[in-house]
Amino acid sequence: MKHLSPLAVLIFGAVAATGVVSADVAPGRQAEIIYLLKHDCGSCHGMRLEGGLGPALSAKRFTEWDADKLALTILYGRPGTPMPPWRPFLTDNEAFWLATRLKQGIRP
Amino acid sequence: MRHMLNLTAGLLLFCGQSVADCLTRGTGDLGIVIERAAGSLQIVDTTAHRALFRVQGLGDLSHASAVYSRDERYAYVFGRDGGLTKVDILCGKIVARVIQGGNSIGGAISQNGKLIAVSNYEPGGVKVFSALDLSLVADIPATRVNDRDGGQKGSKTVGLVDTTGQRFAVSLYDSGEAWIIDMKNPGAPKIQRHAKIGALPYDALVTPDGRYYISGLFGQDGLSLLDLWHPEKPPRLILQGYGRGEQKLPVYKMPHLEGWAMAGDRAFLPAVGHHEVLVVKQGDWMETGRIKVHGQPVFVMARPDGRQVWVNFAFPDNDTIQIIDTETLAIVKTLKTGKGTLHMEFSPRGEEVWISVRDKDEVQVYDTDSMLLTHRLPVDKPSGIFFTSRAHKTGL
Repeated sequence: MKHLSPLAVLIFGAVAATGVVSADVAPGRQAEIIYLLKHDCGSCHGMRLEGGLGPALSAKRFTEWDADKLALTILYGRPGTPMPPWRPFLTDNEAFWLATRLKQGIRP
Repeated sequence: MRHMLNLTAGLLLFCGQSVADCLTRGTGDLGIVIERAAGSLQIVDTTAHRALFRVQGLGDLSHASAVYSRDERYAYVFGRDGGLTKVDILCGKIVARVIQGGNSIGGAISQNGKLIAVSNYEPGGVKVFSALDLSLVADIPATRVNDRDGGQKGSKTVGLVDTTGQRFAVSLYDSGEAWIIDMKNPGAPKIQRHAKIGALPYDALVTPDGRYYISGLFGQDGLSLLDLWHPEKPPRLILQGYGRGEQKLPVYKMPHLEGWAMAGDRAFLPAVGHHEVLVVKQGDWMETGRIKVHGQPVFVMARPDGRQVWVNFAFPDNDTIQIIDTETLAIVKTLKTGKGTLHMEFSPRGEEVWISVRDKDEVQVYDTDSMLLTHRLPVDKPSGIFFTSRAHKTGL
């Protein structure tokens, strides 16, 4: 854990404390987030997450990414690119859960 | 008995038409609706308000668009996965299909109807095909740019349109260029390249007369304008002052410029990162007004007579349509169509508009005069709606 923002520490801490990431996100909400991923993230990243205006969101691409870095990118966007912050729609835990799932590989 | 079974199969398949049976009728009142998740489309009759066929096997249609042959019999569908599919809408079947690229965004049909051009995100560039059999005619690679991993890639190409003189125009997202591709001699395309049109062009349109090619810029304020009557002249930046000093909102869905609204001498276009529709005077291209709307506009489309402009919105406001009176610039109606209101298409003369509502799995048809819902058609996760009347419009 190097140079994490306080938020990342908070998220990571919360997740580490519970041990199981998905425990923090109810199954119904998980389905909503995957739907959001497919249809709304999909408008730039492709509905199959194979890329579009934005890059592909494949497990391979994220092997070098820490889940917390990915979660922060989801929450705060990527300045200088069209990637917007999804913070209004996702909690810290939900973003971390999604980041972890993306690292595992999702085929929605 | 065998006859009976065939009949039943036909009925089950779709509305009484089996695949083998081609219709004998005109196609001027037909269209297609993309089923984005299923990779299929429905062929619809806009007079009878019903589906005629469902065509499957078109691949990833998560960002699909279509153009029509000039006889209005064939739809050419551009899929996200680089698939280009030619569909016979009288027979409800695929007649040709190629995977022409890795990841594509849209295409156009040439003025004479003989060529189909496709723009690609991956590997970048434009490919041109014969409209007859989808055989490759020309492969035009994009400018190379640095990618995130320190390597090189072809710039993504966006906003590909057809224009007069057997030409296509296209914008290059990563390299900030606009190209005019002259296909008069299909074996030897002539390319006029305009560099530095602005940062990150994300989409473009051509005016209905084919003269002005306008690229929306994500990376800076303003839009880039090329005069295709004078392709040698450099592009100029218009609406430069727009949005200056104002905080942009995060953009959850890029607006579309294709099919933007021209009503009289004014154009109505979506503001990027603002809850506004811009009104611009054609000619000097100066902003003459801004209309506050419900969310960030995605499609801003004029009814064919130019009296109304219908607007849909980006996530999270994509459950709404607003209708603007172009005379008073007032919003005359706000419709709650449902979540995932993705696209709309006017009937050729504008008495009706068909609207895709993804999360309700339906297309809603409204009378544009009363602005009331008149029909609903069940469609699986509908997105783009394309009527055959596009066949005879430049840039669509």
